[in-house]
Amino acid sequence: MPRQDRPLSPHLSIYRFMYTMALSILHRITGVWLALGLCALVYWLMGAAGGEAQYARATALLGSGPGRAVLLTWLAAYCYHFVNGLRHLAWDAGFGLERRAARLSARLALALALAGFLLAAYLLLCPRAGAL
Amino acid sequence: MSLRSPLGMVLGRGNAGDGVAHWWAQRLSAVALVPLTVWFLAALVRLPLADHAAVTIWIAAGWNPVWLALLLAALCWHSRLGVQVVIEDYVHSRSLKLAALLLNSGAHMLLLAAGVYALLRVAVRSAA
Repeated sequence: MPRQDRPLSPHLSIYRFMYTMALSILHRITGVWLALGLCALVYWLMGAAGGEAQYARATALLGSGPGRAVLLTWLAAYCYHFVNGLRHLAWDAGFGLERRAARLSARLALALALAGFLLAAYLLLCPRAGAL
Repeated sequence: MSLRSPLGMVLGRGNAGDGVAHWWAQRLSAVALVPLTVWFLAALVRLPLADHAAVTIWIAAGWNPVWLALLLAALCWHSRLGVQVVIEDYVHSRSLKLAALLLNSGAHMLLLAAGVYALLRVAVRSAA
């Protein structure tokens, strides 16, 4: 078996650090975090299906101080993963792969994700009738 | 000029078969999630989330159970594929990797089944 003969890509540590690298690993980190958020979504739906008392317990947990804090991290992770995911889809279609374009889209993605997060967080948590 | 046969050159170099399917499924689910998650968030923002009756009425209304089921399926599919790649990249022990991959698949199937069951329960109860 020619396992050892396989070509290896140069190891990560030889590259000069560039913020696009941080954004790249952030896509993975937010993705894994969002996978855990899926549990919360299903928990919420099971609560709704389980009747009024069970739903009240679920919303009390999700709407508590720590619950809200974690929900906000999921919202932030979603906003970033969404915008950066569009960036990935553009790359897959062959657009924006040049160095200058990739760095510009990195900044744009961060700005859009932040704006989207602030807007969604405000709309979700601003005082309104029946808000969580 | 190598004297090795084409077969001999590719043997032992790993599977070249299902990477493309994984890649496509990841992109397809990503594209599906763009409208589905935006629709869901836009609905959440307008829902009185503390009100059980209002929430269940919304879940069961019109085509909402269908979109929600599609949302859950795309989320679970995309999430499973993504976590799978992370496990394959970072878990090096063979047995641990296999265990983690099985756990990943099982957990996502459980989440999908539970989510769709909850949707059906809400939808059927409101129809009754």
